Amino acid sequence: MILKGTAHKYGKNVDTDVIIPGRYCNLIDPVELGKHALEDLDANFVKKAKPGDLIVADTNFGCGSSREVAAVALKGAGVAGVVAKSFARIFYRNCINTGLPIFECPEGVDGISDGDTITVDADQGIIRNESTGKEYKATQFPKFMQDLIAGGGLLNYVEKRLQEKAARTT
Amino acid sequence: MTLTEKILAAHSGRADVSPGDIISIDLDLVMANELSAAVAITEFRKIKGATKVWDRSKIALVPSHFTPNKDIATATLSKMMRDFAQEQNIEHYFEVGRGGIEHVVLPENGFVGPGMTIIGGDSHTTTYGGVGAFATGVGSTDIAAAFATGEMWLRVPPSIKITYEGSLRSFTSAKDIILATIGQLGVDGAIYCALEFAGPVIRELPISGRFTMANMSIEAGAKNGIFPVDATTEAYCAAVGKKDYTIYYADKNAEYAQSTVIDCSKIEPQVAIPWLPENTKNASDLNDIEVHQAVIGTCTNGRIEDMRQAAEILKGRKVHPRVRAIVIPGSQKVYMQCLKEGLAEIFIEAGCVVSTPTCGPCVGGHMGVLADGERCISTTNRNFRGRMGHVKSEVYLAGPYVAAASAVTGHIAGPEQLGKPVAA
Repeated sequence: MILKGTAHKYGKNVDTDVIIPGRYCNLIDPVELGKHALEDLDANFVKKAKPGDLIVADTNFGCGSSREVAAVALKGAGVAGVVAKSFARIFYRNCINTGLPIFECPEGVDGISDGDTITVDADQGIIRNESTGKEYKATQFPKFMQDLIAGGGLLNYVEKRLQEKAARTT
Repeated sequence: MTLTEKILAAHSGRADVSPGDIISIDLDLVMANELSAAVAITEFRKIKGATKVWDRSKIALVPSHFTPNKDIATATLSKMMRDFAQEQNIEHYFEVGRGGIEHVVLPENGFVGPGMTIIGGDSHTTTYGGVGAFATGVGSTDIAAAFATGEMWLRVPPSIKITYEGSLRSFTSAKDIILATIGQLGVDGAIYCALEFAGPVIRELPISGRFTMANMSIEAGAKNGIFPVDATTEAYCAAVGKKDYTIYYADKNAEYAQSTVIDCSKIEPQVAIPWLPENTKNASDLNDIEVHQAVIGTCTNGRIEDMRQAAEILKGRKVHPRVRAIVIPGSQKVYMQCLKEGLAEIFIEAGCVVSTPTCGPCVGGHMGVLADGERCISTTNRNFRGRMGHVKSEVYLAGPYVAAASAVTGHIAGPEQLGKPVAA
């Protein structure tokens, strides 16, 4: 999968409350949630972001609440992926579980400026800054997580586990 | 192995585990509130082969965040969870009026204990580390998977050991220690790690204080925060009727990614200023900051011991004319105890609102949402931008002593800065 879009760059500790404020946590619909993505950090984000754009951020992206709607809201706003120096752990799991591609890549973050066009080869973890011509390699997911993603996500994995259990008991 | 590693090994059928291992653990308890449950239930329904939850006695569902429901949308989320609880015959469902905030309700009903593995659809599930459980917050899809299988995959976290030396100063509480700790570690200082708390100050700390500290482990980015089990833990378990638990101890030669010692004798009452819990200062250095609201309660500081601390300050004093003080006992049991001990009367005499148990204002939901430019001193756990309402409102985090003292003076103040109470 190749992702290509404009980079919207933010700083450290972008928390889930600014990704989707608590006042919208009574929503479930991805499109409705997407209308308020990053509203309290950058009120213009939804206006300027085009479908397929990527977020580039410093350390600890997605810290705070366990609200899965944070990942869903970004997807709903058309965000194709997030490149960060590090991710908060619950948000990291939520992205894997909701299918929002994330890439841990400190050098890439330092080498990308707001507004740059970037291309990400999601399978290889190669991030290319089209505006500078430089390439960066994201940290590889552990094998288990690669298999989980390749296998269609957590719910498919759960279905397999249930089948294994059923087979053991019969 | 560390305490966290011991519990994870025992729940994954392995003799030992090491940081970085990806394992599947058996879960002893799975919790959700109405926000996380609504999405989890929707995901659960998509799982082929899962019509029934794996164990209806090991799931706890607690309406807490926008309850009693503030609008139709949140009432719909609560109804989804209520209907699911009935359909699946979930044993531990706490209806409004019989529960409160999940992290106060589950411990006081004897559902959490030493050595357990607990996940919750709420980041502050780390609270249960206070009694020596491995407890961590997850999103809704992980909850759905756990509903179906009773298992979760995870990466074994490296452990950071924090030893608290010295002794607590007067009016310095567990909240002040954990705020000071987060100030030292930073909000990502324990990212992907386990925090293991130790030392003489911890041994003297009541379980309520341990819950407060474990609760905020997530604010340093930790996967879990855990306390060693001791006589205090066992007495607590006996009091709440928690039986049949296994006590694990960290090995003497356990390996820690980092070990830190904090001298509590130097910790004054703390306040974390916007926009991060790591921005900690001494309360006494912030006297020029006026407040418009004070919130005392929540999963961090909504237990009876917290209510007593607030009442100790508010007794015979009045809330400043400019301030709205909102006291929220964390559960119906805590609320009842406040009535029995005369604390509710003290709060109302002082000019406070005493609210039904709810997470309400902490998530900017209801029962104390802030307007543009308003500032709140709060015993909650997060002071992110817009957390309690308007994007230009501000939250200052503190313990119950400081929140109550600030409500009285109208600006941030430590309890030692108050004058004598008026004759009651």
